[in-house]
Amino acid sequence: MADRSPLLAAEAVTRRFGTLVANDAVDLTVMPGEIHALLGENGAGKSTLVKMLYGLLAPDAGRILWQGRAVSLPTPRAARALGIGMVFQHFSLFDALSVAENVALALDEAAPLPQVAERLREVSRAYGLPLEPGREVWRLSVGERQRIEIVRCLMQNPQLLILDEPTSVLTPQETEGLFETLRTLRDEGRAVLYISHKLDEVRRLCEAATILRQGRVVERCDPRQQTAASLARMMVGSQIADVRRARAESAAGPVRLRLDSLDLPSEDPQGTSLKGVSLELAAGEILGIAGVAGNGQDELFAALSGEAPAPRAAAIVLEGTPIGHDGINARRRRAAAFVPEERLGHAAAPRMALSENALVAGHAANGFLRRGFVQRDRMLAWVDAVTSAFDVRKGPRDPEARALSGGNLQKFVVGREILRKPRLLVVSQPTWGVDAGAASLIRQALIDLAADGASVLVISQDLDELFEIADRIAVIFHGRLSPARPAEGLTREAVGLLMGGEGFGPVADTPPVMERVA
Amino acid sequence: MMALVLERRAEAGKWALLAAPLLAVGLTMASSLVVFWLLGQDPWRALQVYFIWPVSDAWGLQEVAVKATPLVLISVGLALCFRSNNWNIGAEGQFLIGAICGGGVAVWTHGWGGPWVLPLMLLAGAAGGMAYALIPAVLKVRLRVNEILVSLMLVYVADLLLDWLVRGPWRDPMGFNMPQTVTFARDATLPLLFDGGRMNLGSVIALVVVVVAAVVMARTLKGFEIRLVGQAPRAARFAGFSDTRLTITVFAVSGALAGLAGVIEAAGTVRQLLPGFSPGYGFTAIIVAFLGRLNPVGCLIAGIFIAITFIGGENAQIILRLPRDMTLVFQGLLLFYILACDTLILYRIRRRVPLQGAQT
Repeated sequence: MADRSPLLAAEAVTRRFGTLVANDAVDLTVMPGEIHALLGENGAGKSTLVKMLYGLLAPDAGRILWQGRAVSLPTPRAARALGIGMVFQHFSLFDALSVAENVALALDEAAPLPQVAERLREVSRAYGLPLEPGREVWRLSVGERQRIEIVRCLMQNPQLLILDEPTSVLTPQETEGLFETLRTLRDEGRAVLYISHKLDEVRRLCEAATILRQGRVVERCDPRQQTAASLARMMVGSQIADVRRARAESAAGPVRLRLDSLDLPSEDPQGTSLKGVSLELAAGEILGIAGVAGNGQDELFAALSGEAPAPRAAAIVLEGTPIGHDGINARRRRAAAFVPEERLGHAAAPRMALSENALVAGHAANGFLRRGFVQRDRMLAWVDAVTSAFDVRKGPRDPEARALSGGNLQKFVVGREILRKPRLLVVSQPTWGVDAGAASLIRQALIDLAADGASVLVISQDLDELFEIADRIAVIFHGRLSPARPAEGLTREAVGLLMGGEGFGPVADTPPVMERVA
Repeated sequence: MMALVLERRAEAGKWALLAAPLLAVGLTMASSLVVFWLLGQDPWRALQVYFIWPVSDAWGLQEVAVKATPLVLISVGLALCFRSNNWNIGAEGQFLIGAICGGGVAVWTHGWGGPWVLPLMLLAGAAGGMAYALIPAVLKVRLRVNEILVSLMLVYVADLLLDWLVRGPWRDPMGFNMPQTVTFARDATLPLLFDGGRMNLGSVIALVVVVVAAVVMARTLKGFEIRLVGQAPRAARFAGFSDTRLTITVFAVSGALAGLAGVIEAAGTVRQLLPGFSPGYGFTAIIVAFLGRLNPVGCLIAGIFIAITFIGGENAQIILRLPRDMTLVFQGLLLFYILACDTLILYRIRRRVPLQGAQT
């Protein structure tokens, strides 16, 4: 095995965007029959590198060798012709078309639909990726949609399969299934390039790893020989501050927020309606809501923020006052604060300056207005305060929101709310797509806020995060919420089963997402 | 193989907002030099007739103000609408209804009115335009009917209503059967500002409106709301702004301004109602709004510029015997250039060359 030549080699590949060097003389070698991890923080250059390998970007310098021969990859089609397949983090599927139709559309050579469906069935059986070719995509779960993308790639018979953060949308059980498939592929002699920042997964799955930091290769290693902590150090380049949980042992105060069997039909016909959601959140407590994306998280956030008013005022009670009919600003005046999942477009307007984005959430309760006139100097002072308290890195004093990197903008939108000293903070995906440094700073801020007596509700798909910061964890599935259980003593497996719908009992009206639970 | 791609520039500075219209004006003038030359005119003289003469004497300047007044009033209102993604294309109709409501007061009080008539006319005109603009707004909010179609179609309704009124019930009995109303009495006309021209109080009203709108947009929460709803609707909801209420508000304001422009045109410039009363101010104002970057002060500058081309076009018809269509060619060229300049300033063109030995 050792004398085999590499399947793919990138030699001193460099790519610049303006003055930013996204990839600086990067070397990468992938052997046949190898699951190779590409590790790195957000912005380390992982995506740039694989986009060059898949023909989506052209390198400025360096060369790419395929089975020892220098190749050029002007288009993804050329990459596929060589035998390189890629599954993206964001799917490109037509919701209204069937599985087979979606696959047929993406094939490089046209083929009659029944033939495509037949091959699809074969491939999906051979690799343990169950799919029904005639199903319309909108009926499928995220995990199933990912299977379509993988099967679509496998039907081109690739020698190298590139996967970009494939498990970010999967339950632990689905993740296990995916790993089985990838091991099968490896045993057939194919190679897998696996992009992730989940260190445990990489250690379980991959036998080689290349670690990128700021566009450069900083380390190559066998992840099985490493600990999660040592891998993290290589990625970040320094010790990550451990999030401190110096919390008083279950010194839970009085109940601050109560949801009492909240029903809320979704405004979006493809959305998930909330059904009988009840919870209690005490002062000084962090409650985590786990769940696979699309199970009612958006609707729950909208109901809590007041963007979608509840049908019954008493369904949502804040500090003894029914607030179900109140709008978002009325709730803000009661010292509630909100951080939605989407940074750009929801939490912040991309083309507005940070000071104006301070006004988005702060015009009702922050004293930015005097007789209807906007007090720009106060907004700027607020931006300065958030910047220094949350280490927001930016060039000018008051740039447009879109000019900030994801992590820095997230620090800004979280800091914007926490600096108001809210008594209730509802935050969705607080560290989604954020680098490790920013993530630990944000988590620490949430813990400190709760330690000061505020109630914090965290909706997250990242189980590690919830186990790290939450006192109690509940799972949302299909718009229904499980009882919250203390995080202490709760296993990931137990949460994973709930995320897959176990223990929720049969549901009368079964929405499409349910049907996948095999 | 080589492909040209448009790539968004990372940071287009504030200068770009000003540079695009100025560049567009310069390019329009340069292109028109060529057109004049092809038509066998002396290009420099033609350019003078179009752009210099209208602003070279007091009478010309006053005419420019008279033409610019309705354009500025309407376009400021449209700028508020367009900023918030509400597409009011029917300002022409609101303009006519404003003229009908205000003019109706003048016809009704003809012969017995007093100094109270003129304020009442202005109020009636603004209220009429507002009510007319609320039709597409309410339909959009309540029934999700497309506001572009409704507001546009209502232009023709207003046009025919005016036609019927001046041929029927409101026809001047002493007017030799001509389709027009009586000439308004003194109490029903806007006072002139200077001798030797037609510039009237309406221009002052337009200036006040520009100042108020500029302050509202830049310094108040309402202005922030308008910009936020247009740029990031979800963030606007997160800020607690209601987009339906805002739709009603901006349609009401722009309708009122268009109606006000209509009654000012009727009471200040034409002094009666007659068919073909508007040279399409409501539609030209759309160009003015975009040329003015959907900014109230920008609308003022753009409105004056477009007014100059109107007057210059009239001059050119008389002196150079050039067709009126030249004015439309100007406006078309201008819109074309401003869109092109915008694109080239916000984006850059890159040649994408694949690596050596590409096989596609």
